[in-house]
Amino acid sequence: MGSGKNPKPNNGEREEFLHPLCADDKLQTLTLTGDGENNFNGQVSTSDSYSHYRSAMTTLSSSSSTEQPLFPPPSVVSDPLLFPPQSPSLDSPSYADVMFHPFPETNGNGEISGDDAISSPISQSSSSDFLRISVSDPLKEFEPSNSIVPGGNTYVSYLITTSTNVADYEGSDFSVRRRFKDVVTLSDRLSEGYRGFFIPPRPDKSLVESQVMQKQEFVEQRRVELEKYLKRLARHPTIRKSDELRVFLTVKGRMPLPTSIDVASRMLDGAVRLPKQLLGESSCVIEPQDVVHSAKGGRDMLRFFKEFKQSVVNDWGNARPSVEEEDKEFLEKKLRLKDHEQHLTNASQQAESFVKAQQEMGEIMGELGLAFIKLTKFETEQTTSNTQKVRAADMKNVATAAVKTSRLYRELNAHNMKHFDSLHEHMGMMLAVHNAFADRSSALLTVQTLISELSALHSRADKLETSSSKIFGGDKSRVRKLEDLKDAIRVTEDAKSCATKEYERIKENNRTEIQRLDEERKADFVNMLKGFVKNQVAYSEKIGIEWTKVAEETSRYAREST
Amino acid sequence: MINTESGSGPLVQSPRSPSSQSQYIAVSVLDPAKMGNGVQAYISYKVITRTNFPEYDGPEKIVIRRYSDFVWLRDRLFEKYKGVFIPPVPEKSTVEKFRFSAEFIEMRRKALDVFVNRVASHQELQHSEDLRIFLTVDEQTMERARSQETGIFKKKPADLMQIFKDVQSKVSDVVLGKEKPVEESSPEYEKLKNYVFQLEDHLAEAQKHAYRLVKRHRELGQSLSDFGKAVKLLGECEGNALGKAFSELGAKSEILSVHLQKEAQNLLMNFEEPLKDYVRSVQSIKATIAERANAFRQHCELAEAIKFKEIDMNKLRLTRSDKLYDAEHEYEELKAEGAEAWRRFEKIVKLMNEEIVRFQEQKTVDLGVAFHEFALGQAQLANSIASAWRSLLPKLEACSS
Repeated sequence: MGSGKNPKPNNGEREEFLHPLCADDKLQTLTLTGDGENNFNGQVSTSDSYSHYRSAMTTLSSSSSTEQPLFPPPSVVSDPLLFPPQSPSLDSPSYADVMFHPFPETNGNGEISGDDAISSPISQSSSSDFLRISVSDPLKEFEPSNSIVPGGNTYVSYLITTSTNVADYEGSDFSVRRRFKDVVTLSDRLSEGYRGFFIPPRPDKSLVESQVMQKQEFVEQRRVELEKYLKRLARHPTIRKSDELRVFLTVKGRMPLPTSIDVASRMLDGAVRLPKQLLGESSCVIEPQDVVHSAKGGRDMLRFFKEFKQSVVNDWGNARPSVEEEDKEFLEKKLRLKDHEQHLTNASQQAESFVKAQQEMGEIMGELGLAFIKLTKFETEQTTSNTQKVRAADMKNVATAAVKTSRLYRELNAHNMKHFDSLHEHMGMMLAVHNAFADRSSALLTVQTLISELSALHSRADKLETSSSKIFGGDKSRVRKLEDLKDAIRVTEDAKSCATKEYERIKENNRTEIQRLDEERKADFVNMLKGFVKNQVAYSEKIGIEWTKVAEETSRYAREST
Repeated sequence: MINTESGSGPLVQSPRSPSSQSQYIAVSVLDPAKMGNGVQAYISYKVITRTNFPEYDGPEKIVIRRYSDFVWLRDRLFEKYKGVFIPPVPEKSTVEKFRFSAEFIEMRRKALDVFVNRVASHQELQHSEDLRIFLTVDEQTMERARSQETGIFKKKPADLMQIFKDVQSKVSDVVLGKEKPVEESSPEYEKLKNYVFQLEDHLAEAQKHAYRLVKRHRELGQSLSDFGKAVKLLGECEGNALGKAFSELGAKSEILSVHLQKEAQNLLMNFEEPLKDYVRSVQSIKATIAERANAFRQHCELAEAIKFKEIDMNKLRLTRSDKLYDAEHEYEELKAEGAEAWRRFEKIVKLMNEEIVRFQEQKTVDLGVAFHEFALGQAQLANSIASAWRSLLPKLEACSS
């Protein structure tokens, strides 16, 4: 007996996932309705065993007229988890109502931006503006190669649809085509422009060959990830107002953001410049306008080496650096966040295991139910005595309850996966936190380097002054050198003050972001817990009702001895 | 009349026996104890019999038995009472390391108790000498009796199935010079055979799923426990109302984990085991069917032999041979054997018909009990889960205010 299962969803997916029943020839005798079901991505689930399952339910429910199929009808509502109003036969206690409410729960703030089937329940800023983004319609496109080698390569582009009432956008609906490379560019530009902020991390590049890249599964996975990423960006109070995001979302045709130069080219440029710098032919001071960027991403190899040397001095030198991380509150928070990250990761993993275990429970219930359905049919067909009829009826009751329980577990798990998404999301944000803290360290290193530079320059200048004062009348070349040094000192002073400003700016960003993330996380987790617990209550009650029914129906067999 | 399957066998009466009111027999299998060391180690059970059957001296008897003694009893009954569905004994354990696990021993003890009581409550079997020996003799005598069971008497159901298959094979046809199979062809028999074989398949599948259900309960329990621990740690990190909520969630998870493990155990004992027992019973029926086919084949073979003998005899009569006397003698002998074989076969058929009716009734009850326990357990589990989670809601409401 083979099992007709859909591929397992990964962490982020919301596909209609594994259903409990296996396709089996023996089920041919049950009436097949054969209609597929739309999942919320507009794809039709084509599994045969799913329709067997539906027809199994139809067969079972035909006898009890009050039952109403709890499957949502394929409707315009894209999310199958938004149920129609509860069926009349189930008058369960109040909490059962909760599971019919769509997510996310509104916190009395009206609109929730990024409202979509995928988003986890989120708290919102008090503004009522929205920025809704969706990613769809992946298309294969061809890019002719612009190198000497003939031929080109294919890539996938996605349709990004935005609808918004944010003033800066100058319009309310936009739709552009972007490819993954563009997303990488957006992410890099944001990292540069918003140092110190907790910028949501972008989806990973994949080190797979181009054949895999074009497989439907991979493309779909990437589409989901991209949508999530853009929604997260839209949720960040500062980033959502950024030019970079706006341009990405609205400008048709080629994306106007400057692309990141690949590492090799940068290295090459830097390597070319370095000898000139060392020989004094090219400027070897760190320019003020450069200090707002990290040394690593730039082309100034000399600066890179200077800062590297400084970091070594910091770590191994005897003297403490002149400026260092003093903010105790920050250091405390940093440690706390590290701790937090560890526990968050652990909880996230355990939550996934739990969901999986519950899923498997639901599946086996379904299989058990199916087996008893088959037995029921068998006994009914082969009946030679009254007692077999009775037994068949008993089996049918058990089978019905088992199949219903199986479906309830499935639904519950779909909800649970959504809830626990908050855990996974916040775990993912830890990377953004690390990056923001790295920005801070990097900026501090720049300041420290500049201070060392300055002191080195000053001591050279002093040496030159004392030595030239010994020669009467001065030395023309030495005077010129002193002039150059004084220039360098001036530029470096400017650079240092810029760098210090930048460092302070980043520190402030860190501080506000820590606070923001804390609040956001708390709100998300409260929602998560509420949703999870309410759902568990509602579904457990329903499952309890089913089995209580069967227990009553079989109460005549209750042992007298107990 | 429901035969309960608890350790203390209650009053059991054979409904068809006229003087049933005064006769009773009840057996308990208790107190498993590990005996011996190393490879030779085994489990012994205390078997307590309470009866007023005349063939037993005394109202109560206590003996010590081991698993192979029960198997011996089953084999002897199978040999002697062809046509009766002999109650099955639990399987040998296939995995060495579980042989002495508490769970396995308890399940085996229960199953053995059920076995003996079924024998003792069966109208035909309860007066068998083998049962009396089993229930009353001392251990040495029992061991001697058991070790005699080599060779002809020791036929495993597997061997019988082979015989059954042979019956269906063409070999015997070739030997007898016939083309059609030597088998009953009545529609009732065909129906019965098909029913039994297919029933075993269906039941085996249901039992397999039931066993996996037990495992899933255990796994869910474990994962809920791990989840609870992780969430508790996270709660300590968070602090404030949220942290407390997490801690509560963790605590509840751990409680529910325990509930799940308990339910897993309940399912194993009261749902999966009865299904397994059902499968064993059906397998026992298959063995009886094989015996029936065997008896039928013997009858057919003799009928053929008689026919040929008659032809021979008539030939000799015509030629006035002096071998005629011997031939006539052999002919009469064969006819007597043939009659005996037919009687044996008919007895099996009659017994089987009665047994089927009894079996079906019993199984409806057994299965009904198992279903009831299953549903009760699941309902209780679901409700305890619901109430545990429900108790968290007020605290969660407090969080968001």
